[in-house]
Amino acid sequence: MSNREPLFSAKNRRLLTTPLGKENPITIQVLGICSALAVTVKLEPAFVMTISVIAVLAIGNVLISLLRKTIAPRIRIIVQLVVIASLVILVDQVLKAFVYDVSKQLSVFVGLIITNCIIMGRFEAFAMSNKPWPSFLDGVGNAAGYGIILIIVAFFRELLGSGSIWGYQVVPEVFYDWGYKDNGLMILPPGALIVIGIIIWVQRSRDKSLVEEN
Amino acid sequence: MFSNKYIFTYASVMVILVAAILSSASMLLKPYQEANVKAEKIQGILASANVTTDREHAANTYQQHIVEELAVDSEGNVVSRYRNDSLIEGDVRPFDIDIKEALMRNQAIKLGESAEAPLWPVFVLEKDDEKYYIVPVRGVGLWGPIWGNIAFESDFNTIAGATFDHKGETPGLGAEINTSWFEDEFKGKTIFDEQGKFVSVNVVKGGAGENAPHAVDAISGGTITSNGVKDMLLTGLDNYVPYIKKNNNNE
Repeated sequence: MSNREPLFSAKNRRLLTTPLGKENPITIQVLGICSALAVTVKLEPAFVMTISVIAVLAIGNVLISLLRKTIAPRIRIIVQLVVIASLVILVDQVLKAFVYDVSKQLSVFVGLIITNCIIMGRFEAFAMSNKPWPSFLDGVGNAAGYGIILIIVAFFRELLGSGSIWGYQVVPEVFYDWGYKDNGLMILPPGALIVIGIIIWVQRSRDKSLVEEN
Repeated sequence: MFSNKYIFTYASVMVILVAAILSSASMLLKPYQEANVKAEKIQGILASANVTTDREHAANTYQQHIVEELAVDSEGNVVSRYRNDSLIEGDVRPFDIDIKEALMRNQAIKLGESAEAPLWPVFVLEKDDEKYYIVPVRGVGLWGPIWGNIAFESDFNTIAGATFDHKGETPGLGAEINTSWFEDEFKGKTIFDEQGKFVSVNVVKGGAGENAPHAVDAISGGTITSNGVKDMLLTGLDNYVPYIKKNNNNE
């Protein structure tokens, strides 16, 4: 047991942190864009979506990793889908039972976690060939990387589109009297695309190693 | 490495296992979910008459304020009466009437198809010795269903309050129908003109103008949802007109 890797070795820590920046699922791999456009009008649903995806991806990664030696390669995609779909339905049912308001806001998008490419992507790329613990960290890391972008986007969309943060009005009433108007574009999906574009631009201009050659 | 037999067994076991897990989760959580849906419906009904309550106390507040539930048919006759937790008349509890189904049946009958006659619920609420009549309405917005509750003063003509909600209208545009500025517009509007003709409440694009007794401002950018609200009120309230006329004549 003495030569076992510590739980939070440098390698494991990297699993958790690189998806937040250098290997971010949204800004670098450009996965999960659909839901990033849909649930980021306000901060609260973006936050709940983040939590839900962290739960689904972390648990899913561990399950797939535990099962990885028993899964026949020919049906592995089906097995992965079944695992995702059941977890998502469970999350949806739990939300409906205990945080009804939030589940109403997220409505169809919780179900759409099933089609979130990040999850299938991590199952295929990581959990199928790694042990449960690193898979767990990889799941949490990637979902958090997805979530952090979601929350940044939601912050700006809610601020510029509705003049509020987490439902609380932050743009003072006098601004409106002076002729300030909330930006309607930010409320619609193209607003999210623009914000994500700006985030990608900022990230690449700060870290030149991300820029492809040619 | 994996035989066909293994794959088939694996898949079957997996599917049965997952089915068992999901169905038991669904069964365990169902009571909580149904309670939420019911509490939400109660909140909507009470909120239209300005009685606010949270989800936990919804049932209690409902009992306190709602003195009677009625179900009326399209000729204006009271078919069911529900008071103090028991049915006094008829065999349907008005609270359980599905408006969506009633509207569909109504539509079918208008088209000349045979369908069971629809019933329309009325909730009688008492607050500060004032009587309010609350009727639920349901219609379509741009992306999906919209619905609401309209509370009338005791003349069943003047709107005392209204609440609306929606499944998935565009945030910031059509979704504004469930915000107070839009709902408050309906207060004091009347649905009958001076000759006693049913005119409903119009939702007018470009502004209803001041002192318009039968119109409110539409939501700019939410035209289709606004029209949905207009149609919902027109078709929904129309079904109560015979009952209202009958009721007022008796007094």
